[in-house]
Amino acid sequence: MTEQAIIEIKNLSYRYEKDMVLENINISVPKGAFLAIVGPNGSGKSTLLKLVLGLLKLQKGDIRLFGEEINHFKNWEEIGYVSQKANSFNTGFPASVFEVVASGLTKKLGLFRFLKKEDKRIVMDALKAVGMDPFSKRNIGELSGGQQQRVFIARALVSEPKLLILDEPTVGVDIQNVNSFYQMLSNLNKNHAITLLLVTHDIGTVSDKATHVACLNKHLHFHGEASEFEQMKNDEMSDFYGHEVQMLLHQHEHGGVYK
Amino acid sequence: MIQGIFHYEFLQNAFFTGIMIGLIAPLLGVFIVVRRLSLIADALSHVTLAGIAASLLLGKYFSAFNGLNPIYIGMAFSVSGSLFIEKLRGVYKHYQELAIPIILSSGIGLGVIFISLANGFNTDLFSYLFGSVTAVSRTDLWVILIISIFVVLLVFLLYKELFLLSFDEEHAKASGIAAKSIHFVFILMVALVIAASMRIVGILLVSSLMTLPVAASIRIAKGFKQTIFLSIIFGETSVLGGLFTAYYLNLAPGGTIVMIAVLILVLALAFKKIRHKEPEQVGGE
Ligand SMILES: Nc1ncnc2c1ncn2[C@@H]1O[C@H](COP(=O)(O)OP(=O)(O)O)[C@@H](O)[C@H]1O
Ligand SMILES: [Mg+2]
Repeated sequence: MTEQAIIEIKNLSYRYEKDMVLENINISVPKGAFLAIVGPNGSGKSTLLKLVLGLLKLQKGDIRLFGEEINHFKNWEEIGYVSQKANSFNTGFPASVFEVVASGLTKKLGLFRFLKKEDKRIVMDALKAVGMDPFSKRNIGELSGGQQQRVFIARALVSEPKLLILDEPTVGVDIQNVNSFYQMLSNLNKNHAITLLLVTHDIGTVSDKATHVACLNKHLHFHGEASEFEQMKNDEMSDFYGHEVQMLLHQHEHGGVYK
Repeated sequence: MIQGIFHYEFLQNAFFTGIMIGLIAPLLGVFIVVRRLSLIADALSHVTLAGIAASLLLGKYFSAFNGLNPIYIGMAFSVSGSLFIEKLRGVYKHYQELAIPIILSSGIGLGVIFISLANGFNTDLFSYLFGSVTAVSRTDLWVILIISIFVVLLVFLLYKELFLLSFDEEHAKASGIAAKSIHFVFILMVALVIAASMRIVGILLVSSLMTLPVAASIRIAKGFKQTIFLSIIFGETSVLGGLFTAYYLNLAPGGTIVMIAVLILVLALAFKKIRHKEPEQVGGE
């Protein structure tokens, strides 16, 4: 038997009201992978993540997390999540960076437990991992979009998850910082052995950092290793992806904004 | 008043009750403000009014209710009102704020009907509307003490869950904590604190004691714990300062308490302005 998949999605379909949003999706994420999910706006990427996180109820198909059926899965602290909304939160919230990151330990510590010295060190370590430790006492609203995004990743990291799920984390991050941001993710993946599931628009950046790619637009159009994706992306991709992506790919190849 | 406290029971009652609500109202107020639920406090205070009116009305017609402290029925109304708000927020998923005017107007409507059924009330009702230094009874004091202990203990024990729920509700749910139950406990505490506070500040001004000190501290505090700490300091200053002023000038304490809270808010805004100017001139970050 090969190594157990971290996420195993089988024949998954989902609808909100009457229209199908996801249809017959099969995805398998092996341990240690860095899977990038790409697709145009409204293609069901966030919906897929919410199903995996148990925020939406399963309608059709199966999801297994760490080998366990999702309805029976209990160890949610093994999964870190940075939502798409993380960059549109209430910026006037009077919390320090340290407090925000420490809130990532809530489930792991359990009810009626308090932060101990050891936990405070873990919080500072998570901030170091994303390069935000000098800002621990600042209020979260006083940081730039990119810095806030790093803080949210630190919050997801603090419970020492084996799987980190990110929904378009670079929206609102200025372009100069996007590359170093992906570098940091790649570092987490390689050096901290964290399996990554990343939803993104930046197709250009995806293929050099990710190990696997999935192209989603209601159906799964491609699912495989990043190298295979690289080969086919020029011809087939534009078929379903449309003009928008052709442009992105174009920019990428000509050393445009994503280089 | 300081000397009076040793002599008069009613002053002791008002003073100690004031200390307690100066603590618990801003303590919960911080969570209410950051979750943008300030109007819930308003809605629940008007529901509490309906409960008080119902109790006074019952007392007029049934001798069994005559000696009953109106705070009990007020609390019962407030708690049921909070449950209705939660139900309605579930029904109007996309218009969650609708729950608040629905409950608020139902509260006023019921209150007005009860009041007119009783052909208007004596000064009793006035003291519930605007607060009172002299009307706080020993029973009030004990009930409010129990509520205060309950609230402080729960906020202390559930602090990290309440923080997470306030900062990021979706993340709270995704992390697998019992978000629904904790929110429920929270709303219940809010209902109780409103019923407890109205004796001193009055129904019409309860929500300001939960929001004004927070509005001031949010401008200057660093971090969430400091926000809570400053809110409580501001709350205590307003309540105790307001009680003294009201006692000496023979005013309804609700008004004096709120005006001191407004004064603190203005000072906090000015302080922020001054502090913000400095780094600009020095050319800081
Ligand atoms: N809560 C919801 N209720 C109804 N429809 C929704 C809801 N959320 C998303 N949708 C619809 O589902 C589709 C997929 O949305 P989403 O998963 O957010 O796409 P993506 O993240 O790829 O942009 C869109 O057509 C969107 O309008
Ligand atoms: Mg999305």
